[in-house]
Amino acid sequence: MRFSTIQELAGLCEEEGLTLGEIMLQEQARESGEDPRHIHSRMAGYYSVMKEAVRKGLTEDTRSRSGLTGGDARRVKSYLDSDPTSAGGIACTAMAYALAVSEVNASMGRIVATPTAGSCGVIPGVFVSAQERFGWDDDHMTRGLFAAGAIGYVIANHSFVSGAEGGCQAEIGSAIAMAAGAMTEMRGGRPSQAAHAVGLALKNSLGLICDPVGGLVEVPCIVRNGFGAVTALAASDMALAGVRSVIPSDEVIQVMLEVGSAMPEKHRETAKGGLAQTPTGRAIMEELKQRNTPYRSRAKDAGQPGGEE
Amino acid sequence: MRFKDVFSIIGPAMVGPSSSHTAGAVRIGRVARQLLGAGTPERAIVTFYGSFADTYQGHGTDLAVIAGLLDCDTDDSRIPHSREEAEKAGMAVEFRIGVNPLYHPNTVRLELFKGERRLTAAGSSIGGGNVEMFSVDGFDVKFTGMYPTLVLYHRDRPGMIADVAELLRRHHLNIGSMDVDRKARSGDALTVMEVDSPVSEEIAGDLGRISEVRDVRTIDLTKRGRP
Repeated sequence: MRFSTIQELAGLCEEEGLTLGEIMLQEQARESGEDPRHIHSRMAGYYSVMKEAVRKGLTEDTRSRSGLTGGDARRVKSYLDSDPTSAGGIACTAMAYALAVSEVNASMGRIVATPTAGSCGVIPGVFVSAQERFGWDDDHMTRGLFAAGAIGYVIANHSFVSGAEGGCQAEIGSAIAMAAGAMTEMRGGRPSQAAHAVGLALKNSLGLICDPVGGLVEVPCIVRNGFGAVTALAASDMALAGVRSVIPSDEVIQVMLEVGSAMPEKHRETAKGGLAQTPTGRAIMEELKQRNTPYRSRAKDAGQPGGEE
Repeated sequence: MRFKDVFSIIGPAMVGPSSSHTAGAVRIGRVARQLLGAGTPERAIVTFYGSFADTYQGHGTDLAVIAGLLDCDTDDSRIPHSREEAEKAGMAVEFRIGVNPLYHPNTVRLELFKGERRLTAAGSSIGGGNVEMFSVDGFDVKFTGMYPTLVLYHRDRPGMIADVAELLRRHHLNIGSMDVDRKARSGDALTVMEVDSPVSEEIAGDLGRISEVRDVRTIDLTKRGRP
C-alpha cells in the first residue's frame, strides 16, 4: 500500500484527484494482483449482506441464543414510526438499523465483520439509512465501503481493532471513525474533511472499555452499535460544516493505542470487570454457566472415550 | 503490517455472534476435517479450553465447530442448525471441557474418526476470525489455514526437506512458511507448508511418492465450502 497514515491517504487523494475509496481499490488491486472489477464486486457482495441483515433485524425474530437480547431494533423502529423522537427521524433510523444488524449477529445471522463482529452494526446503520435518504446507488455505497476500509486499515495497523487488545474503543470506536469518514466522502466532502471526521469521531470514544456481560457479544455491545451510528453521523456533519480535528487523526489513533495498551486486562473482553462484574452482570453469568452443561449428541457411539488427552 | 488488505478490515462475511468465538471456530473445524482427509468424520470429540469452555454455548462455538467439520464456510446459513446437519450426515459429536493453563484462551482440541482413520488436532482462535493451529497428531506445528497448506507425514531423514522443496520448485509453488516436528531422530516426522497457490492432486500425488513420505494431506479454506 502506498499509504500507511490518514495524512498520507488524504495527501494521495488530493495529488491524484481521487477519493479515499478509489485509492483503496487501486491499492488493493496493486497488492493482490486481482482485477479491480473482481475486487469491487466482492465488496458489493458484502454490501448486499449488510442490507439483508438490516432487513432481517427489522422484520424477523432476533432473540439471541442466550435469551439476553433481541427485538430492540424493532422497538426503536416502531416507536420512530409512531411517536415524535428526541433525536430526530434520521438519527433514529440509523440507530434502528445498526441495532438490527447487531441483533442479527447476536442471534447467529449473517453479517460482515466491520472491522469485527462485535462492531458490525455501525457501518450498515449509517450506510443503509443514508442510501435510502439520498437515493444513492449500490456502486456509490460500495465505493464508500472502500473508503471505510482505507480508514480502518490505517487504524488497525497503527493501533488495534479488537476489544481483547484495546477495549471497545478499538472496535466500536474504529467502526464509528470509519463510518464518519466514509459518510463525509459519500456526501461529497473533500479528503481532508473525511480525515477530520475520523479524528473527531475517534476522540469521542477514547477510553471505552470492553466489558461484555457473560463474555457474550450482546450487552452492552448491541446498544453501543446503535449509539455508534448516531455519533458517526454527528462527526460527519461537524466535518462537512468545516469543524476541524485540532489534534490530527493520526495522532488521535496513537492516543487510542496508548490508552488501550494501558487498559487493564479485566477491561479487555475478559468479562472480569466493568458491566460484566456488576451484581446483575454476575448473576446473568452465573445463570448462563448453570445452563452450560456439556452437550452429547444423540448419535449412538459418540460417548466412547477417544483415547488419551 | 499486521493487516494486509481492505478485506481484513471489511469482512469476512460470517454468521455471528463473534469473529473469534464463531468464525474462527468454523475455520478450525474445517481445517481439522481437511486434515483427516476422508470427508465427513463418523465421530468427533471436541474439547474446549479457556474462554471457549466458559462461553461456547452463548457464542455458538459448538455449532461453529460442527459446521466446520461439515466443510461449511464462515458465512454458511446452516451454522445455527449444524447439529441437525451433523445427524443427517451421520456424524456423532461429543463436547468436553478441558483445562490447560498454558493454552491461548480460545482453544479447541479435536479428535476425529472415520473408518481406520483417526486425527487429533488443536488450534486457537486469535481474533477477527484468524486462527492458529498448533498441534497435529501430537506433532507441534504452527499454521494459519489462511493459505493453501500441505501436510506431509514422513520419516525423519537427511535430504527430505530438499526433496520436497525441489519438487515444489518444479511445480512453481512458492512456500510462504514452513514448520517441521519429529517424534525422534530418524523417527516419525510431520512437515507443514503454507504455499501461495492451490495444490493440485497431481502435486500432492508426486509428494506422496517421495521416499519415506507416508501420507500427504492438503488444506484449502480459500475454496468455497460445500455447495
